[in-house]
Amino acid sequence: MLKDITLGQFFPGDSITHRLDARCKLIIVVLYIAALFTANGYVSYALVIAVTALMIAVSHIPLKSLVRGLKPVMVIIIITAILNLFFTTGTPLVKLGPVTLTKEGLVRAVFMVLRIMLLIMGTFLLTYTTSPMALTDGMERLFNPLKKIKVPVHEMSMMMSMALRFIPTLIEETDKIMSAQKARGADFETGNIFQRAKALLPLLVPLFVSAFRRADELATAMESRCYHGGEGRTRMKQLTWAGRDTVALLLFFAFLAAVIALRHFGL
Amino acid sequence: MESIIHFENVHFTYPGEDHEILHGIDLDIQPGTFTAILGHNGSGKSTLAKHMNAILVPTEGKVEVCGMETTKEELLLGIRATVGMVFQNPDNQIVANVVEDDVAFAPENLGVPPEEIRERVDAALKQVGMYGFRMHAPHLLSGGQKQRVAIAGVIAMQPQCIVLDEPTAMLDPSGRREVVETITALCREKGITVVLITHHMDECVDADRLIVMSKGTIVADGAPKDVFQRSELLQKEGLAAPASTTLLQSLKAAGMEVPTDILNIDACADAIASAISR
Repeated sequence: MLKDITLGQFFPGDSITHRLDARCKLIIVVLYIAALFTANGYVSYALVIAVTALMIAVSHIPLKSLVRGLKPVMVIIIITAILNLFFTTGTPLVKLGPVTLTKEGLVRAVFMVLRIMLLIMGTFLLTYTTSPMALTDGMERLFNPLKKIKVPVHEMSMMMSMALRFIPTLIEETDKIMSAQKARGADFETGNIFQRAKALLPLLVPLFVSAFRRADELATAMESRCYHGGEGRTRMKQLTWAGRDTVALLLFFAFLAAVIALRHFGL
Repeated sequence: MESIIHFENVHFTYPGEDHEILHGIDLDIQPGTFTAILGHNGSGKSTLAKHMNAILVPTEGKVEVCGMETTKEELLLGIRATVGMVFQNPDNQIVANVVEDDVAFAPENLGVPPEEIRERVDAALKQVGMYGFRMHAPHLLSGGQKQRVAIAGVIAMQPQCIVLDEPTAMLDPSGRREVVETITALCREKGITVVLITHHMDECVDADRLIVMSKGTIVADGAPKDVFQRSELLQKEGLAAPASTTLLQSLKAAGMEVPTDILNIDACADAIASAISR
């Protein structure tokens, strides 16, 4: 189960997507999400799917890894599908006891499922092709103007990069504690949802304790390496905005404009 | 010669506790030397180490790093850039998802220009033999490799002195060897002052100076071969002398004419061979 967590994973590579500036990719993702939530007809969805397919093809990320990222949210996808299928009023197709399956419901369910899947695949494409350092650096630079109104931008981006850094470490640790508790007879797999939730308690307590200890040691180690906040800090890898970034950004603006236009015509 | 780290009658008690950890330590570390500090859990050796780069400051007495007093807040960055620190758990001191980004962390904090950071990072990684792994994710490396990355992260800061607080405690024997070889080379080739805190006797063999700590005081201080001669003291502290010393001592006790101050395994074998042929 823990092996499926792909959040924040990065696949090093040399595709166009990898070489784009992190800031550019962040803005593109925002535009992409906006387009995704604007689309509401067959044509606009087809366009979004086509663009997503193009993005995946250009990034050289195997489709398999993207689909794997969908696994943890499968439950949400299924629930969304069911809710939309049976609780949308419209022309009835099939009657199943108290519930009715409608044509509108079917269409909406398909759209919603597609929307969630595309959302996840699109955003994962960002983390898959951008190193966490570049990603947090890009965020820090994008939100830099907010520093003027005392938003702790540097601190927030540092926290995010630490969180990403420790995901694999904490997953490993959780696995270890789980094995240790299992060896002492703990049961995480059977019982109803409440029993299972309760069984997680002996897992969470040691995990939290160790996470706090880690945080303490990490803070000491960072201070020992002269960390003193964002002031006067330089970066080894400078973000550079190239011509291709401008082109990519313009393409996505055009894409969003097209989707908005399609929505306007009800397509 | 001016000492790089200077302890003067240092007492230390953790805030809110009654139990005093350090009872008046006087100590001078000379530049370019390899000092090992040996002691059991609770002997105060880690607390002593944390005084060397102002993570802790003495409750009484003073600590100076290159003449900078550690209690002075404004000197903090200077002190930490002079004395680098490597900790026990390699996982909890690596801050980035890519090896080279982690090594770049300290120089980035110091505001070094990007091109120079690049040079420093490459040099540091080559020095510890991890250059081939520069693009790897740290959590996929072995313990010894992670610890070498942590050492590279400190070297990139270009400190004059590196303090290692039980860097091998969580490693397997091969990882321990990797780390000890790396730090010995740092001292011998680069002239960086090394202070190694450990409870493994065999890691102290290559040191210039061995300090044994017990219950917050220094109980022995001298060249390793001399300290290892004091078998009653070591026994009292629950420390076992290296195998070579123990062997030579028992041979001598049995009436054989051998010197007992040899630490190197090959030299030890030669000494025994020549004693037998005599």
